[in-house]
Amino acid sequence: MKKILVLFAIFTSFFFLAGTNAKACELNNSVPVTSLSAGFDAWKVVTSAMEECGNFTPTLDQEYRDKLVASLESNPSQFTMAGVSASTNVSVLDAGVTRPLDDLVAKYGDSLQDNQKIVIDGKIMAIAMMTNAQHLFYREDILSDLGIDIPTTYDELLKAAKVIKDAGVVDYPLGGTFKSGWNLGEEFVNMYLGFADSFFDGNMPAVNNNDGYETLKMMKKLTEYMDPEYLTSDSTYVQQQFQQGKIALANLWASRAGAMDNAEESTVVGLVKFASAPKAKKNGKPASTLWWDGVVIAKNVTDEEAEAAFKLAMVGLDAANLGANPEAAPWLSNAFDPAPSNIGAILTAKSGAAPYPASAKMSTLHGVLGAAIGDYLTGAATAKATLEKIEADYITAATEKGLL
Amino acid sequence: MKKSTFLVFTMPSFIMMTLFIALPLLIVLIQSFQFNQDVLETIERENCDPFGCKTETITVPVLDENGNKIKNNIWVGFQNYKNILKFEQLSSVISNDGFEWSKIRSIDFYKALRFTLTFTFITLPFVIILGLILALCVNVLINRLKGPIIFITLLPFIITPVIGALSIKWLFIGDGILTLFLENILDKDIALFSQGWTIEILMLFYRVWHTIPFAFVIFYAGLQTVDKEKIEAAFVDGANRLQRLRFIIIPHIMPLIVFVALIHLMDSYRVFDEIVGFSASGFRISLQWMTYDFLRIDDSGTRSIGRASATSVLTMIGIIIILIPVLRRTFKEQKEKRL
Repeated sequence: MKKILVLFAIFTSFFFLAGTNAKACELNNSVPVTSLSAGFDAWKVVTSAMEECGNFTPTLDQEYRDKLVASLESNPSQFTMAGVSASTNVSVLDAGVTRPLDDLVAKYGDSLQDNQKIVIDGKIMAIAMMTNAQHLFYREDILSDLGIDIPTTYDELLKAAKVIKDAGVVDYPLGGTFKSGWNLGEEFVNMYLGFADSFFDGNMPAVNNNDGYETLKMMKKLTEYMDPEYLTSDSTYVQQQFQQGKIALANLWASRAGAMDNAEESTVVGLVKFASAPKAKKNGKPASTLWWDGVVIAKNVTDEEAEAAFKLAMVGLDAANLGANPEAAPWLSNAFDPAPSNIGAILTAKSGAAPYPASAKMSTLHGVLGAAIGDYLTGAATAKATLEKIEADYITAATEKGLL
Repeated sequence: MKKSTFLVFTMPSFIMMTLFIALPLLIVLIQSFQFNQDVLETIERENCDPFGCKTETITVPVLDENGNKIKNNIWVGFQNYKNILKFEQLSSVISNDGFEWSKIRSIDFYKALRFTLTFTFITLPFVIILGLILALCVNVLINRLKGPIIFITLLPFIITPVIGALSIKWLFIGDGILTLFLENILDKDIALFSQGWTIEILMLFYRVWHTIPFAFVIFYAGLQTVDKEKIEAAFVDGANRLQRLRFIIIPHIMPLIVFVALIHLMDSYRVFDEIVGFSASGFRISLQWMTYDFLRIDDSGTRSIGRASATSVLTMIGIIIILIPVLRRTFKEQKEKRL
């Protein structure tokens, strides 16, 4: 009996604590709201502020794209709101599972800037909160010790990698998000846009050309300086390689920059600096794509729930909340100065990197790329065979979807 | 038994099997001959995002009045199978370069088939032989030890397959504990996840480790039913340990060995957890993994249901072909027994 009483006391104190926590948010939310989003730091910052308002249950999942459309498609929707990226926003738009936010923005969205509003054919369909891009992370101490300038092109990057390798100061000079699948596909997309402008010629893929060949060759050269297990290495893995002082250079997501100075995880606090993504060609644009991440609200929920969700989102995207965590992401807010960790994304955008060309065609090609390139990098297939396979696989997939 | 009683007793399970096995199979079969497409239209759309506004010509699904995608199933005959098996590409490769594996493996299906078959047939003898040895060892232990030892032996089987695969991956990937240990002993830089064959060995090892307890439990139960008098008689006649094993024990538990082989062949032909758990898809893929990959939704919100169904059907056909020899043997034995 005593035990039960103690347990009961512990339980109630939890509720009590939770209750007191809720006071941190001025909004007293009474409508249950749920959300699905990716799990990187920026989403943690936003959703934990929303949680303080009560009745809010976030699901943070790096593989959220697998269930995004299916869960919003059901009626009622499995999640009241969702966090999307430039590319996954296309999938929810195409499926018509999100609602226009114009009246909610008019009512509660005074604090939003115009560049946060994702407007499709005149209707606000999403609220962007941050931009994201892969850009150069470098160990300032290593580069200055070895007298290396910050690389601005991939040829310079390779030279720097060679010097670092010969000096033997880290395990591997380079890191890269080369995990087969979406990550590897994204690496190709980034590099290809450094050489060329477009992936398509009409409806047909246009990567089986010299630019595609140069892209593959450059990717292979990079892997020679990486941890040989690169085909299993995702953003989190590269982030940890940096934090543990194992690599000196990498092209990594801006949303990972804040973690470099997280003293709880990182052994290189203050040593990692950021610059624009290197260029593939000397006078070209940075080999990177610009992304945005933001919030959408499901169509298949009641207006009351949508309103509660939007009000919560405004708490999460509040300048005070974001301003308290400027290092977590390149937030879209003029209310405070960007953190030093955001400089890489800003420089990449300024040097003219292209936005990710999100579309149904591109998503299909992206999937094909992520599956086909691994064999080339490991030497199991030639560049020519790989480009032919990409083209053939795309045609198969696109025909099946009815895109051709 | 009266026919009507028999029917009443079997009806529930018959209905269940029709509903949950036969019907889904039929649907998969039908889908494998179809393209499941959204009805599409090409429109001009103005799109404003943080990087500016642009008007683009894009292909989007048509939505009905309720705002749902309109789906269209098109009969395409064997097109899905052709897209997977790629006979034309295969025959052109073989006629140009002979039977050169590096070219053939660029077709996903044959790459997956090769791994699936190796995986199935290499793990099989290990599981049966090691399971049997383990059962024989535990059988001669003193009674007090048997309980705890059996419990410990069963542990690998209790672990959820994906979790087990993940934990073994983490022991070896990057600077995992065991990789560091090996590097220390061998004084060499080791990267087990940088090439296919090392991952393949890890996956084989993991499957054997994970399935041995199953074989062990079955064999151990079988050993309890071996006729003690026969063993003693053989002992008196001067048969040594090996001879007793060969001529008395193995024939006695043969039906169980066949059973374990049957289950293991079916299970390992559907190898999937290992590919995901070991993040091996860059190097090795299996037939079931292909089905999963086709079913995964991509950023455009669509999946390849047709090709996924076709690989499922091909996997089923594969399992049936592999099981034929085992099933024929069992069938023959049953027939002999009846006579």
